[in-house]
Amino acid sequence: MADLTRRWLPLMPILVWALAALSADIVTEQAGRIQLQHILDPPGVETLLGYDDLGRSVLSRLWSGARISFVVALGVVTLSLLVGTVLGLVAGYRGGWLDLVLMRIVDVFLAFPGILLAIALAGVMGPGIDNLIIALSAVGWVGYARLARGQVLALKQREHVTAARALGTPGWRILGWHILPMLAAPLIVEATFGLAGTVIAEAGLSYLGLGVQPPQASWGSMIRDGAGYMLMAPHMVLAPGIAIMLVVLSLNLIGDRLRDWLDHRI
Amino acid sequence: MGQYLLARLMSALLATLGVLLLVFFLIHLVPGDPVDVMLGESARPADRSALRTSLGLDQTLPRQLGDYFGGLVRLDLGQSLHSRQAVSELLAQRIPATLQLALAALLVAVLVALPLGILAAMKRGQGWDWGAMGFSMLGAAIPNFWLGPLLIMLFSLGLGWTPVSGREGLSSLILPALTLGTSLAAILARMVRSSLLEVLGEDFVRTARAKGLSEWRVVWHHAMRNAWLPVLTLIGLQLGALLGGAVVTEVVFDWPGIGSLMIDSIQQRDYPVVQGCVLLISLTYVTVNTLTDLAYAWADPRIRLNG
Repeated sequence: MADLTRRWLPLMPILVWALAALSADIVTEQAGRIQLQHILDPPGVETLLGYDDLGRSVLSRLWSGARISFVVALGVVTLSLLVGTVLGLVAGYRGGWLDLVLMRIVDVFLAFPGILLAIALAGVMGPGIDNLIIALSAVGWVGYARLARGQVLALKQREHVTAARALGTPGWRILGWHILPMLAAPLIVEATFGLAGTVIAEAGLSYLGLGVQPPQASWGSMIRDGAGYMLMAPHMVLAPGIAIMLVVLSLNLIGDRLRDWLDHRI
Repeated sequence: MGQYLLARLMSALLATLGVLLLVFFLIHLVPGDPVDVMLGESARPADRSALRTSLGLDQTLPRQLGDYFGGLVRLDLGQSLHSRQAVSELLAQRIPATLQLALAALLVAVLVALPLGILAAMKRGQGWDWGAMGFSMLGAAIPNFWLGPLLIMLFSLGLGWTPVSGREGLSSLILPALTLGTSLAAILARMVRSSLLEVLGEDFVRTARAKGLSEWRVVWHHAMRNAWLPVLTLIGLQLGALLGGAVVTEVVFDWPGIGSLMIDSIQQRDYPVVQGCVLLISLTYVTVNTLTDLAYAWADPRIRLNG
């Protein structure tokens, strides 16, 4: 029983997060409804997670913020994974000037510390969920490209690849059929950590006012809105923060476990 | 060493050039006409054309690029649209605050992570180890824009020990440094532990123990000395995250550094200042990274010889 809990517990927050994101339509109206008589109401049996400074239900805003966080995380990781993997595969396999040029471009993107480039891009392109996804993907693809390239450099020396080449298999087919499947494991692990990183990054940009715009709710902007009411209504800051932490913690745990598990298999 | 030095400097130079180009094109990513975005569509035509000229947007692209690099050579980063001050001057005013915050956070991270990581490695599988690794998981999952408000709630509003925000005296530095340092401390503690565990299995550690040295002496004088390199590498790599995180932390605490200048300027659509901030932070990062790499090569011949 204890083992079962330990194994499945980290999946729970992820499941709730995904379900909340998919069902967020139910609460869209609720999340925006202002009820003046409830302004700053603390959490309780009837008020659930309480109300914010405008008299909106914190639970419904948390629920509707789950969608933003989920869509952005999934969108950014998918886009980065696709672009990064393709570029890394081709560069690593073809080598030569293509590899040289791509790696110099990667170096340039790596020269921007952490989330700084995403802040600058989101700030310049203007707010909105599309721009948010573009800005974070512009930073995100680099990691996957480096990972894919490094793996390909090692994998293309393997015997089964040499054999396929000797049989006259075209390059794209070798990449897709003989190299990509062996790359899947490390890429999946990286993508899991990528999801966690993107959840924090999206909330961070929204905290800075560079994400989705009010009245739409995001976990990050909820924390910023609550920062002015920390004495009167700490639940405004606590609720979204705990949500972010649980999701990120679970994703990191799953990433760790996937890595251990896949390591054993290889 | 000469060849390694040259190769490393060349790649740093290329990265720098790329950063400069990317920052230049940043203003061209503004949707529509940057002048419209900055002044609003109802601005007078005279003001619009004046701004266009002062930003050089009426020139051809190659000409703009030439002026940009010419300006960089003279340390001229343009002028703030908001305060009319030179961007380089604005940046210079903010550098000390950011530098102070980053160094304090680094200090916090090392002071927390070293004892925690060493203790976890020495007491592997015991309570201390679990505690340290739990802190590490948690620290990596707490975003600094949440940890900051939590610390303010507890120490400023609750206990009244520290100021809520601003930069006055050493007490105002404590919470921002803790906020920024925590995630680095979390990653670092993990690294210290695993790096030390690896070394503790080596023969020379067994010899040291066999000589009857105290466990503390074995760990600190013999094992830790050989575990430093991966730890220092990680600090170098994580410095970027630290500089990026400083932007958010500065906003949380209203800390008057480069980061809060950047966010204020984004809100005021003061793009020359935004460009200046990105440029300064990134170039600092490239420089520090290159210096760290060279320092390793100097310390460990295996690196420079293997390229």
